[in-house]
Formats: sequence, C-alpha cells, structure tokens
Amino acid sequence: MARFLIKRIFSAVLTLFAVSVLTFLMFFALPRDPVSGMCPKNCNPERLERVRQELGLRDPLVTQYAGYMKGIFTGRDLGSAQGGRCDAPCLGWSYVNNEAVLDTITRVLPVTLSIVIPAAILWLLLGVGLGMVSALRRGTWLDRAAIGFSLTGASLQLYFVGAVLLMIFVYNLRWLPVPSYTSVFDNPVKWASGLVLSWIALAFLFSAIYARLSRAQMLETLSEDFVRTARAKGLAKPAVYGRHALRAAITPVVTIAGLDVGAALGGTVITETTFGIQGLGRTAVEAVRAGDLPTIMATVLISAVFVVLANVLVDLLYAAIDPRVRLG
Amino acid sequence: MSMSPVEGVALAEIGAGGGADVPKEKGFVGRSPGQLAWIRLRRDRTAMVSGVLLIFFVLVALSAPLVELLYGIGPRDQFQGKLDGFGMPLGYAGGVSGDHFFGLEPGLGRDIFVRLVYGLRTSLLIAFAAAVITAVLGIVLGALAGFLGGWLDAVINWVTDLTLAMPFLIIALALTPTLTLRFYGEREAVSPAFGVAVLIAVFAMFGWTSTARLVRGQVIALREREFVEAARASGAGLGHMIFRQLLPNIWAPILVSFSLAVPQFITSEAALSFIGVGLTEETPSFGRMIYESLDYLQTDPAFVFFPGITIFALVFAFNLFGDALRDALDPKSSR
Amino acid sequence: MSARNAAQRSPAVANEGQAGMSASSAAPAVAGEPLLRVRGLSKHFPVRDGLRGGGLVRAVDGLDFDVRPGETLGLVGESGCGKTTTGRMLVRLLEPTAGTIEFAGRDITHAGRRELRPLRQDLQIIFQDPYASLNPRHTVGRIVAMPLQVNGINPPGGVKARVRELLELVGLNPEHYNRYPHEFSGGQRQRIGIARALALRPKLIVADEPVSALDVSIQAQVVNLLRDLQRDLGLAFVFIAHDLAVVRHFCQRVAVMYLGRIVEIGDRVDIYERPQHPYTRALLSAIPDVTKLGPAGRIRLTGDVPTPLNPPSGCRFRTRCWKAQDICATEEPALVPRDGGRQATACHFPESGPVGAGPDAHAVATGPGARGVGTGPGATAAGVEEVSK
Repeated sequence: MARFLIKRIFSAVLTLFAVSVLTFLMFFALPRDPVSGMCPKNCNPERLERVRQELGLRDPLVTQYAGYMKGIFTGRDLGSAQGGRCDAPCLGWSYVNNEAVLDTITRVLPVTLSIVIPAAILWLLLGVGLGMVSALRRGTWLDRAAIGFSLTGASLQLYFVGAVLLMIFVYNLRWLPVPSYTSVFDNPVKWASGLVLSWIALAFLFSAIYARLSRAQMLETLSEDFVRTARAKGLAKPAVYGRHALRAAITPVVTIAGLDVGAALGGTVITETTFGIQGLGRTAVEAVRAGDLPTIMATVLISAVFVVLANVLVDLLYAAIDPRVRLG
Repeated sequence: MSMSPVEGVALAEIGAGGGADVPKEKGFVGRSPGQLAWIRLRRDRTAMVSGVLLIFFVLVALSAPLVELLYGIGPRDQFQGKLDGFGMPLGYAGGVSGDHFFGLEPGLGRDIFVRLVYGLRTSLLIAFAAAVITAVLGIVLGALAGFLGGWLDAVINWVTDLTLAMPFLIIALALTPTLTLRFYGEREAVSPAFGVAVLIAVFAMFGWTSTARLVRGQVIALREREFVEAARASGAGLGHMIFRQLLPNIWAPILVSFSLAVPQFITSEAALSFIGVGLTEETPSFGRMIYESLDYLQTDPAFVFFPGITIFALVFAFNLFGDALRDALDPKSSR
Repeated sequence: MSARNAAQRSPAVANEGQAGMSASSAAPAVAGEPLLRVRGLSKHFPVRDGLRGGGLVRAVDGLDFDVRPGETLGLVGESGCGKTTTGRMLVRLLEPTAGTIEFAGRDITHAGRRELRPLRQDLQIIFQDPYASLNPRHTVGRIVAMPLQVNGINPPGGVKARVRELLELVGLNPEHYNRYPHEFSGGQRQRIGIARALALRPKLIVADEPVSALDVSIQAQVVNLLRDLQRDLGLAFVFIAHDLAVVRHFCQRVAVMYLGRIVEIGDRVDIYERPQHPYTRALLSAIPDVTKLGPAGRIRLTGDVPTPLNPPSGCRFRTRCWKAQDICATEEPALVPRDGGRQATACHFPESGPVGAGPDAHAVATGPGARGVGTGPGATAAGVEEVSK
C-alpha cells in the first residue's frame, strides 16, 4: 500500500509539474506579446517597457519559470511596482487587477466552493437516488420517467437551463434576487438565495448523468450471483439491496463523482458566466480575455491541483477497497 | 493473397471461388454478431425514430444553401424595417411570421431560422470531424498502450492524466486566439474556415482520452485471449493482431462512445462559443446565438428559446440513438 | 481420411508405440536428428508483492527433452507444474528465461518475428479452450485462412479451396466456412482450431490440453482425429495434458513434470507399466480403474504442491514423497537413464517393478505386490480404450 501511495503521489507531482510547464510555455513562449494585452488601452511605450522589465520578460524562459516556482515555494521579491515582497505561496502580481494574484484567488475560491459543494451534494443524492429507484422498479412508469428525466437532463445545456431558471424565478416570478455571492458566514440566507439557482442548474444536469450511471451499475450488480445468492438464502429484499448491492454498485459512481467534483472545483466557467457570479472560472475567463498572465497561470494550476488531487484520492479509495489495484 | 480488413469484403472473397454452390449455402449462411445487432436495432422503435430525426438534421445541415434558396432569406440578410425603435422585433414571439419561421434577432434583425440551419451545419461539421479524429487517435493510442503495455502504456496513461488535469475551457479559451495569432496578424480578418479548423484541433487535443481509456481497457481484457495468441503463433504482426483480431471485437463500445461523443462536441462547441471563443461573428453557431440572446432574456425570450430548443432536440436525438445503439450491441445492458 | 476411420483403427496403436520408438533419454545421441531439441529451458516470472519487493516464480526450471519427426511426446503433470508455460515457450508465445530451443537444427530461442517466419509454418499450436481460441467476429473461413493470410501464402487452387480441404480433413462440413464460431459446438470448434493449426502444413504441433475442455464423449473423437492426422500427415506432437488416460492413448513417449521439472521421461509402456519415480507412481495410481472398485493401490499424496516461488531444496518432490531421506533435501537428483537406458528418472531411490506398489507396499515387495497383479497394464489399457471410443 505504501509503495502504491508513493508511486501515485510521485506521478501526481509529475503531472502538476508538466501542467505548470505547459501552461507557462503556452502563454509565455507563444507569439503574442504577453504585455500588450496586460496593459490598459492607452498605454505608452515606456510603461510597456517597464512592465516587461518588472515581469522579467527579458530573462530566458528557464529563469522566468524558475523564478515563478521559487515564488510558490519560498516567496520572492517582485519589486515595488508589484507590491514588493511576496510571501510563499507567491502566485505573482496582476497588473490588470492591480493586486497580488493570491489575494484574487482567496477572494474567488470560496465562491466556487459555495457553488460546487452544495450542488454536488444535491446532484449525488438526487442522481443516485433516482438511479437506484429506477433500477429496483425496472420497467415501471417510475423507471420510464427517470430514464426520460436523465435523457432530457443529459441533453440540456447548462446556460440554457440557467437562462430559463433566471427568466422564471428572477425576472417573472421575482421569488429570488439576481444571483450574487455573499459569504455564508455573513448571511447564510442571502448566501443560499443568491446561489440556489446555480445549484439547481448544476444539480439538474449532473444528476441526470448520475441517474443513468447508477441505474446501469445497480442493474448490473442485481444480476450478479452474489445478489441472487443472498436473495436465495432468504435475506429480505431491503437487506440485500441496501447492504450488498448498493455498496457494490455505488463504488464506480463515487469514483466518477470524485473526478467530477475535482474538475468542477477548478472553475464552473459556464455556470458562473450564466449567473454572473465571480468565481474561479469567471476569473480565469476574464484573465484570458485580458491577457493577465499571472492570474491565468494561477487559475490553471489551481484547477489542475484539484483534478489531480481528486484523481489521487479516488485511486487511494479504490486501492483501499480492492487490493488488485495495488498490484496492477 | 490479400484480404481486406473489412469483414464483408473478406467474406465475399472467400465466397467468390465457388459460385456454383451459392444456392446450396442459403440455408447455412451464418449471421455475424454485427448482423444480429443490426436486426435488434431495426426492431427498436426509439432507435428508428431518433435515427430518422438524426438523418433529417444531417440532411438539413448538408442542404443549408438549398434551404436558403427555398426560404428566400440568407443568414446575413437584415430586416431592420421589422424592428421597433428599440431594435426589438415587431409582432408576437420575437417576430414569428410566415416569412420568418422563428422570428428575428433583436438589434440586427437577422432571420433566426436560416441562421439556425447554418448553425446546425457548423455544429455538426465540427462535432463529426472532432469525433472522428478523437476516435482514430483514441483507438490507435489506446490499442497500442493496451496491447504493448510496458513503458508505452505508462507514457500514454500519464499523458491522459495530464490532459484530464488541464482545465479544458480555460486552455481552449487561451489557446484559440494564440493559435489564430500564429497564422493571422493582429488586425487581419480571420477566415471562418480557419476558426472551425482551430476548434476541431482543440477538441481533438482534449477529446481523445476517453476513447483511449476505453480501448485500452478492452484490449487488455482481450489481448491474452487465445485467438490472439493463435495469430501470434502463426507469425502475425502487430498490425494484424490489433486491427484484424482485436478491433473487430471492440467496435461495439467504440461505436457507442462515438455516437455519444458527437453530442458532447456539439455541446462543447456551443459552450466555447458561449464564453466567447471559437468562431467569428459571421459564422452562425448555436452557442454564439445563445450567448448573444442572453442579453435579451427579459425583453425577447423567444430569441433564447429557439436556439436552445433546437440544440436540445439535436443532442437529445443523438443521446437517444446512442442509448439504443448500446442496447442493440450489448443485449445484456439495461432494459 | 477422417475421424470415422480412426475409431476402427485405434486398437493397433498400442503396439505401435513400442515398435516405433527406440530408447530415449535426455541425452541426445540417438539415431536420427531430433526435430525439436530443448535444453535447460526455464521460465521465471517476476512477482511484485507490496513492500517486500517480490521474487521469482520458477514456473519452468531447466527442461531437457527431444522430439523426433513424427513422434508424439506427452507432457503430463498436475495443474501448475509448468506444462502450459512450456508449450507456450516452444511456439515462442513466451520468451524463455534460460535454455535453448532448437527446431530443425536451428536455434529459435530468441529468434525475432522475421527469423521465425519460415519456421512458423512448421511449428503450430492447438489451444485448450475452444471458446477463447476462435475470434468470435471472424467466420470459420477467415479463422482457418488466417495463418495463410499473415504469411502471405497463396496455395495452389486458392485459399478457399485449401480452407475447404482443411475443414474436410478435420471432419467438418466444408460448406460451413461462412459460419461464425458461436454457431458450433465445443468439439466442432476444437476441430476448427485444429484445421487452423494444420493450414501451414506444420511438422510439429504443440497441443495444449486440446481436449480437457470437452465432454468425455467428444474427447475421444478429437483425440482420434489427432491421432489419424498424426499418422497420415507424419506430424510430431507435444501433447500437453493432465489426463493420463488420454496421453496413454495418444503418445508414444511421455514426460512427467512436477514443479517445473521433468521427473521422469520414457516410452509410454515403460512409464505406464514400470514407472520408476514415486511421483509417476502416485499419478498413475490415481487413474480411476473401472475394472476394480475401492481405493486399493491408490497412493494418496499428502500436502499441497509447494509454491514455485520457493521450491524445496534438493529433490522438489521430497516434501510429499514417502521415500524421502536426507540426501533428497541436499542433493538434487539428475534425470538419468537406468536399467539399460529406456527411461530416465530424476530420483535417488527409484522404484522398480510394475505399477501398483504403493507406499505401504514398497517396503515389503520388491517384486509384484499382491495388489499390483490385478491392476496390470492390460486392464487399464482396456479401460482407456473403452473410454476413448
């Protein structure tokens, strides 16, 4: 197990390293001058040159990369124009937002967390519940309705659902305020009412996928010998389904859920854009539009960290459950 | 001697020698697993309905210029005269009328129906091209990784992990303009075809992983089978074993994943257009229309509704058909 | 020729083995060049095991044997003794760890695909599982034509004619070439596998438990088919099986394997009637004998086969051998011929006399034991013949 763990973590670190190098290359080494997009429209040549100097864009790429990495692990001095000393983990200075990137991230990350975590709880409960019920009541109207629901959900577009929800609940019925983020610690009611539409939209689409998945898994498990044996030896239905089948069926669902949540934490770009909420995803999109390099680097790295972390966790979970994984 | 990789052709070749005993064979002719699946698919009403719907969509997309001719309105024609002072279309439901089936866009006053027909063409072209490229990439890489194992498998697996760790939308958002700048100057007009090609390339780069994983798993499950060893013992090369022995046995899941990848790419294309990357303004596309329509959510809901429903119907038909295909190919699954 | 004729001719085989084959042993110096010459063949599989790093499974550990043209060698032993691994190494599906395989005078131990190509035609394999060994997506015609196809061979009269000929040869309706494997029974599928192996007109076929997945009634048909083919086409066979009755019916020579080693090798008559190695005796005594009821003469081995990860020192069989002494733990017995060189045994204390002398009998009886008489070779052979028809 320890050997597997070490191997897995090593590969994860390697992946993150590669993501950082690739992102770095993509933005720094490609033809477009990174500074031109970074500076407001009426930008004089002197200022451009100064920015280049401060960003170290005249240095060789390797030096620039090493400086960036040094900043993350030990912190570094960015010069007076960029807020001076930048402690670890230093993600650089954004000229566009005129603040340290770390400050931007710490501001927008809770927003994305507030969208994803409640939505994930919602979609797992709804999706898995629906999938299980429709597998156990296979062929009934309930099953058919669940299949219809999941096919519809899987075919809908997040922004379309979001638009319809906004139209109904905010503009027509006026039950909810225009979506916005308030810290849950300041005002939980406002927090929930500002985000509930994004939860519903995300949960609707994802639960459709999870309902399909868990239904298929459950059906497969139900047809397996150990379930039939359990039924044959006289165990009551709830005991068989609850204790034996559910556990076997839910493992792959948990795997995919882990990966999906990891990916979503890296930024729910579409959701945030649709509802106009400033989370990690929207910040990343704006940074790309503005050519705000340090912010782009930071958002890409953070979302990669979430995905890789989710991957490792899922693998470890699997290894704990199924010893074959460790040897393979 | 040569045998075509296509099963039917090979059959014909073996059968070609003895024309005399063809009638005699009638009673014997075996049904291949593929033929059995086709028969099951034919009996499935959902599959047939969604299949017909898909063919209809494809035909409409292919004949977009013909539709334009019959309809009498082009995708760039503007009808400012049918808008009110605020740029809103006159009449009910966003200006729906006998002339304009789905009404007019607010602002520019372009016809929504004909733009949707052209948008359908763009979306389908991108989605099919991306699905084909990712399938080919995924099959080749997955089969090699699964069959050869060892360091190649490790490398391909790691690249897969890496690809999955990159946030697709953000990278695509950043990569598209950078790629465009490589070929076009800052102020040059970008040709629509180039925009489409860039999108397909970005999808191909990120999309191959799922097929590769699927194929890899299937190949690993099959590679120790004795029929593969029999081929190896006869001196077959890598190509024969992968393409003639293994792939015919895994085309079913590949086909299903292909049929489900197409709607995914339609969705992704729309999503990318929605966050403002990808296609230029003059290329009609679903995502772009919806993105533009969101500003009119309160004032002209019909403008949101028509593109949204069309894209839903298209993706829904694909998903239905993909599900039915899965059932036909693997009778054990669901139902 | 077909399988139908085979059944009528079967009684003749019993004599053939004795007449055809002269003395044989691990030592090569016999008249006539062997078709296959195996020396020191070994296969070790590395096993990873968590923190401890892992070790080596010595699946096959130093085999020596020869097969001459047209000869049938049976390879018998319990499951896990390395028979199948050996068979796969012979046709180079597995890479040997050590030792050499010479085929028709050429060293093919590590030959690449290109070098092997001309030899592939002479060296083929029949698999155990008729369900896994045929590609379910290919027609019978394609399956049987595959070896021709991959080697770019266009036989006179065309591929189709050759395939029909082969199907007929193995007793299948040649009109079935457009059918798919799922439309055939297990025995028919195995015949298809045999036709495929014959497509290149090989000189040696490795048959890896070709009948153990079949019904007993079908087994006899397939074995008889193989024997007919062997005789009519002059094929040599390495016949891997755990069923001693089938081996006795089919093979001229027999090698008995235990834990990756050959413990005894010799002509069929010698092995079955005068086994010298205690393990061979134990195996033979386990054949059910319809002429005799009860457990008489049955040698019951105690304990399990030791793990090939860490085989016992000296003689590998000593942990389960009733004759084991101190020397067995320290010194590994060589596979050497005794009694005039007709059969070779790797044992410090080889048995003598006919089969039937069990662990309890050997202390008393040096000649035929009281119980041994009744279980003479004739009776067993009759039983086998009965089954195989």
